[in-house]
Amino acid sequence: MDIQLKRGLLDVCVLAAIKDEDSYGYQIIKDVKPYVEISESTLYPILRRLESAELLTVRTAEHNGRLRKYYHITAAGLGRIEDFKNEWKEIMSIYKFVTKGEEDND
Amino acid sequence: MTKNEFLTELRAALAGLPEEDVEKSLEYYSEMIDDRVEDGIPEEEAVAAIGTVEEIRAQIVKDTPITKIIKEKIKPKRSFGGWEIAVIIIGFPLWFPLLIAAAAVIFSVYVSLWSVIISLFAVEISFAAGAFAGIVASIPMFIFGNGVGALFLLGCGVFCAGLAVLWVFVCKFCTKGILWLTRVFFKSLFIRKEKEQ
Repeated sequence: MDIQLKRGLLDVCVLAAIKDEDSYGYQIIKDVKPYVEISESTLYPILRRLESAELLTVRTAEHNGRLRKYYHITAAGLGRIEDFKNEWKEIMSIYKFVTKGEEDND
Repeated sequence: MTKNEFLTELRAALAGLPEEDVEKSLEYYSEMIDDRVEDGIPEEEAVAAIGTVEEIRAQIVKDTPITKIIKEKIKPKRSFGGWEIAVIIIGFPLWFPLLIAAAAVIFSVYVSLWSVIISLFAVEISFAAGAFAGIVASIPMFIFGNGVGALFLLGCGVFCAGLAVLWVFVCKFCTKGILWLTRVFFKSLFIRKEKEQ
């Protein structure tokens, strides 16, 4: 898959992983991995990028006697997911246009 | 590799990056390993699953703006201590005249290099003036009947014109050379080479 495209998709996947409830790094990886290849070292810059873009916020909470960071989606983050859905509708209509001739041939 | 070994190695690999970024990434990877261990994965395997230190370093450097890295590099590693400042103040009568002398030497070198260029161009201008005067002065002489004198002056004028044309090349060559020398001189004075740092 195209690198730029994958990067954009990963951003949305990470946001989707924290959409319903706050989550932490390892859980996000476990949730996203079945759909897109993601590793610790790729997740880290994504989280920092999303944080500086204010699409998510970070809070530190105690867990089993150590600190763990929880990520919380912001309104702007939810907006980013909505944008993605709308973009995808456009892409699907382009896909239909691109593959139209092929369907006619079948 | 244990978690602690891994984090020590990572810290060493990230040296030179902003301290705040280093702390953040160490916290992140430490949490990741702990979470895997908590999930029932042995520590050694958990560390191995994180990836190599080199991969992580490359990823972080790629995402750190170049300006941030440069700022960290040029940040002075230490400031002057109290006694160093005292020595600088007490030594003022000694180092201040020396500083002025050094500045004067540099300035005089600079001035003399430029005076060579100026004199070269002065010679060029006088050749051109000689050519112009010789040729122009020969015209009235020719009109008033002194044919031999006029021819001599015209010859001198043309000779000067020829010299002027040749001198342009001398000027160009010397000026280029002097400017190059000046640049090398000042570069060696003010710009330290990377390897010396």
